[in-house]
Amino acid sequence: MPDTNPAPVADGGPPALTRDDVARLAHLARIDLSDAELDHLAPQLAVILESVAEVSQVAADDIPPSSHALAMQNVFRADEVRSCLTPQEALAGAPQVDQQRFSVPRILGEEQ
Amino acid sequence: MTPELTRLTAVETAAKIAAREVTAVEVAQAHLDRIAEVNGTLNAFLHIDTDGALTQAKRVDAGEVEGPLAGVPLALKDVIVTRNVPTTAGSKILEGWIPPYDATIVERMRDAGIVVLGKTNMDEFAMGSSTEHSAYGAAHNPWDLERTPGGSGGGSSAAVAGFLAPLGIGTDTGGSIRQPAAVTGTVGTKPTYGGVSRYGLIAFSSSLDQAGPCARTVLDAALLHAVIAGHDPRDSTSIDADVPPVVDAARDGDVSGMRVGVVKEFAGEGYQDGVTVRFEEAVATLAGLGADVVEVSCPHFDYALAAYYLIAPSEASSNLARYDAMRYGLRVGDDGDASAEEVMAATRAAGFGAEVKRRIMLGTYALSAGYYDAYYGQAQKVRTLITRDFENAFTTVDVLVSPTTPTTAFKLGERVDDPLAMYLADLCTIPSNLYGGPAMSVPCGLSDDGLPVGFQVMAPVLADDRLYRVGAALERATGSDRLLEQVTNL
Repeated sequence: MPDTNPAPVADGGPPALTRDDVARLAHLARIDLSDAELDHLAPQLAVILESVAEVSQVAADDIPPSSHALAMQNVFRADEVRSCLTPQEALAGAPQVDQQRFSVPRILGEEQ
Repeated sequence: MTPELTRLTAVETAAKIAAREVTAVEVAQAHLDRIAEVNGTLNAFLHIDTDGALTQAKRVDAGEVEGPLAGVPLALKDVIVTRNVPTTAGSKILEGWIPPYDATIVERMRDAGIVVLGKTNMDEFAMGSSTEHSAYGAAHNPWDLERTPGGSGGGSSAAVAGFLAPLGIGTDTGGSIRQPAAVTGTVGTKPTYGGVSRYGLIAFSSSLDQAGPCARTVLDAALLHAVIAGHDPRDSTSIDADVPPVVDAARDGDVSGMRVGVVKEFAGEGYQDGVTVRFEEAVATLAGLGADVVEVSCPHFDYALAAYYLIAPSEASSNLARYDAMRYGLRVGDDGDASAEEVMAATRAAGFGAEVKRRIMLGTYALSAGYYDAYYGQAQKVRTLITRDFENAFTTVDVLVSPTTPTTAFKLGERVDDPLAMYLADLCTIPSNLYGGPAMSVPCGLSDDGLPVGFQVMAPVLADDRLYRVGAALERATGSDRLLEQVTNL
């Protein structure tokens, strides 16, 4: 898929979210959406986006953003050796295990 | 076993066990019997941990653990991880997963002698207001089985209201403890953000998620709050400060001279008449008890819902990236030929439900280049303005109050495919999550439709005790701790 974004937000107008945009978002989110899901989701997401776009009505140019409820920075803990999960415990929920490792599908393409 | 044991409050239960009038095992068994009898109707529990519950009850009876809640059964929301006990967060993608560790609050409850009966139903990954987005079917409201017990923590609220457990644990990202409490006639508190450890809480929106107590009385909720709260070095957002004196406040319940601010923005159109009537009566009750009631305007609360539905999905789209079919959970389509990326996309398509997909897509959109400033960035600025609204209000009042949710319990099926209508259930609860302050829902009677109405109290950061003071005052004046006696249809 091309690494481009949907058309920018028109001034004040609702975002133009098309079925193709939703398909691209699904790819970015690594979710295989069926055609039926795309048909259903595209108009739903457009309506939700139109509604939440009202945040743009708030005059907030000089307002600092809050990423969190608490202003905490650089929280450290003591650097001590502690007990942790055994390899068996860590691997117990794995879909597939090879010796003491997580076994995963191929991560490289044919030509790589 | 005595069925009456399930009707006791947590305080009464613990007192009977401490006085050796009844054993913790008998109490646990009475609740397990009740679950066996009615869970098929309520679908409140997804997993019942009979062995774990009876083992813990025996420890209490042997005197190995003691405390004000020793031997009291509890319903644990399935978003909290439990060692060797299945944890799904209401999702197919975690079906059959057995966590290798306990959440901090689970350890604390075990040390306090609390008996966890099992894991409760919820909207998938806590995204929803009705439990209809659970992959395991909706839970039902004990007041009216055709209606929702709220969400996302509807399993815990249904369990507490239906006398399957006197205590429950919920998590609240936008109202998932308080809205279920409101629509089931129970008490639910979202503590100050950072007041209760998030270690072992499956993440939805990390800057908003907070676990808290569900109960049938204000004092029961306060005692559970005191057990689970306090600093945890394993959660870097945990506050290193004393736990607010919530139990003392719940026992005291004196509101004379307290300054109570009624949020002007949370009234009018969209609020059910029966909700407004009971809310206004409760405000008058507080005034009658000596509280100084004034109206307060928080102008940016009108934008809280929109800001939340940008911030929470954005964080969720990132948090839920961990369900990648590689190390734990579901794996689909691994035929030996498909790539890791293809398996990942097939697994997430099969394992996530409609609402989770919607929110991941919404978050992915809001965070994508070209949109970040207009959506996520702007929502974060609105979050600052909402925090300032709270801080301004708390210069003149001690607490803010509003209805918990605009309507009583809605019917299952009514809003499930209308996301915007569903989102409105969280209209009044979301501001406290964005700000980080504590908030509680306490019952304030029945609407003219015969369903419970919730009264919301919001307090400044780390002033959780004020919630319990107001909640206890209201409970005593209205007798709301006896409201659930009217639930007799199970």
